[in-house]
Amino acid sequence: MPPPTLVNVPVDILRFNTCGSVDDGKSTLIGRLLYDSKSLMEDQIEALERSADITGGGQINLADLTDGLRAEREQGITIDVAYRYFATPRRKFIIADTPGHVQYTRNMVTGASTANLSIILVDARTGVIEQSRRHTAIASLLRIPHLVVAVNKMDLVGWSEERFFEIRAQFEEFLPRLDIKDVKFIPLSALNGDNVVDPSPHTPWYSGPTLLGHLETVHIASDWNLQGFRLPVQWVNRPNNPADPALHDFRGFSGQIAGGIVREGQKVLALPAGIVTTVKQIWTYDGMVGEAFCPQSVTLVLEHDIDVSRGSMIIGLEQRPGYSSDLQAEVCWMHTRPLQPGRKYFLKHTTHTVQVVVSELVTKLNMATLETEAGPAELAVNDIGEIRLRTAKPLVFDGYGTNRLTGSFILIEQGTNATVAAGMLRPPREIVKSENGDYVI
Amino acid sequence: MTSYHLDHLQHLETEAIHIMREVAGEFERPALLFSGGKDSICLLRLAEKAFRPSDIPMPLLNVDTGHHFPELNDFRDRRAKQLGARLIVRTVEDAIAKGIAQPSPGEISRNRLQIPTLLAAIEEFRFDCCIGGARRDEEKARAKERFFSFRDSFGQWDPKNQRPEIWNIYNGRLNPGENMRVFPLSNWTEMDVWQYIRRERLEVPSIYFSHTRKCVRRGGQWLPANHLVPPKPTEQVRDVVVRVRTIGDIISTGCVESPATSIDDIIAEIAAARVTERGSRADDKASEAAMEDRKKAGYF
Repeated sequence: MPPPTLVNVPVDILRFNTCGSVDDGKSTLIGRLLYDSKSLMEDQIEALERSADITGGGQINLADLTDGLRAEREQGITIDVAYRYFATPRRKFIIADTPGHVQYTRNMVTGASTANLSIILVDARTGVIEQSRRHTAIASLLRIPHLVVAVNKMDLVGWSEERFFEIRAQFEEFLPRLDIKDVKFIPLSALNGDNVVDPSPHTPWYSGPTLLGHLETVHIASDWNLQGFRLPVQWVNRPNNPADPALHDFRGFSGQIAGGIVREGQKVLALPAGIVTTVKQIWTYDGMVGEAFCPQSVTLVLEHDIDVSRGSMIIGLEQRPGYSSDLQAEVCWMHTRPLQPGRKYFLKHTTHTVQVVVSELVTKLNMATLETEAGPAELAVNDIGEIRLRTAKPLVFDGYGTNRLTGSFILIEQGTNATVAAGMLRPPREIVKSENGDYVI
Repeated sequence: MTSYHLDHLQHLETEAIHIMREVAGEFERPALLFSGGKDSICLLRLAEKAFRPSDIPMPLLNVDTGHHFPELNDFRDRRAKQLGARLIVRTVEDAIAKGIAQPSPGEISRNRLQIPTLLAAIEEFRFDCCIGGARRDEEKARAKERFFSFRDSFGQWDPKNQRPEIWNIYNGRLNPGENMRVFPLSNWTEMDVWQYIRRERLEVPSIYFSHTRKCVRRGGQWLPANHLVPPKPTEQVRDVVVRVRTIGDIISTGCVESPATSIDDIIAEIAAARVTERGSRADDKASEAAMEDRKKAGYF
């Protein structure tokens, strides 16, 4: 047993998701990553062997590790997003395994929305198919900073360098139309473990990293937004403790910083109140701090007693957000009842829920061509399109490209309370004007 | 590396605090499930971090099966008192007496009977949300769980029809009678929990540390000797130096032989472990889908 000081605490977290169509070997790839990085325990391996005897004819099925529901094991498919965890001395990893066949958009958006990186699996035999384009388009839409194209089953094409570069060329045909900055292509075999954790002897022509090597080293430190302070207020912290004079007048605004940095003594603007005040204290359980940054959770005490409650946003005076009830956004539609113009929903944005009406369907994305089509009649389940919305109260927001946390929302169907859409806001046409903030107490 | 950097525990912490505050902001009558086990100990610290200097704005709830380790209940009561929190305990014993829970003939385990007891407590106090300490790395069915896990008016989980959960925007809307289970530790692993306990210097019940206990060897593991399932004539009771890695009922919690007497020892032991935490829980070994079936019926 190593002495305790040798147990490493990983320095950061990388969240990634895997997508591909049925039989591309996603679950096998995850199983292989866990197996070869020694993240599996003996009882898990035993359970695998037990199920192999029953259903697999003696062959261990690494996919059994992630397919946790009975129906999934019976049908040999993945139904819902499954999360897996492993750590190396460098990093902790959170994997979202997103199924590719049914409800692909819904599942992929769920699994990828918080990801730093997406792995798109491609079967080396079939190359790029519509699903590969669709998954790449969604990764681009969600602004996932890093993409890995894992060209799997290379053993079945004789480890052909030519085939690998053919597939790479197929991708590079449509990548320029998308908003993806960092793409890595890796030839591998998940089944046999080539280039997953250990370098493959079959790819002397490939000099890049293994998949795990890449996951351990890809630069993610700058994935959080440190420009433009935003604190969506979650909860007003008012101790009901008249006996303690120190707490008698305490009124703090608790939330997770969604962008930028805040410092004690800094001027801030509270919206929608439209009042400028000063940060008196930044309170945390571990004591007062001089500054705090995204994505820390803090409680702000302000100089003046102003109207701020759940759903309000406290912002810095620089880099002002938009403030409008007329919004334009890209949405992924997730429900079998289609989106039609004129319908009302609840919209939840940061900590703020408002009623909203869909005023116009502007375009719909054609997944086969990645071209937009104007004026669709509706958006059906798994469709992606651009819409206009009118909210009952104005929203304080940023474009999704600027800030994922203040630029995103969900739509909730009234009555059933089903989550029906994920939305990404277009950059604001008008920002919060200075006269909104001229009223200083 | 800039100074504006959070390590992995700080990331998990701020994610969990955000979720706790969303619960306080979105629900009328939430409760926090507190057993005194290591995961719910972390939950309580996160609640302090989320809500201090105010009181934690929800009561603590525990379903007592009557088969708990006494050390655990002592710890539970003491910790709740320290925090000035309201602790509600509902017992399976009581639920059986009132006809809420019905044991099958010869059924000794209280595992299944926790479910109706919990659902009755939810109804009694009209809780619309229960925060629990479940983690996705514990078990395959839990790996499919959302942070905000919707339960219908029968308390059931429908794994094939979960609400998509996107970014950190949680849909907490309910119709009357429906319920939400919320799991702020979803992304935590067993190792993260112990590292957090070490960082926060949290007290844990003594049974997590090495002690001498009378155990019987059964099903390949050491089970605490107890009067509920007396040893068979072929089984020997022995004094063994053990600790528990995960705490369930006294009749189903396997003890692991261990010399670990400190949190550092436990962390080193887990780092070197070759079996999972739930490997020592007989209730999960029942079948491949044991957890899934219990969750569908209303288990947390």
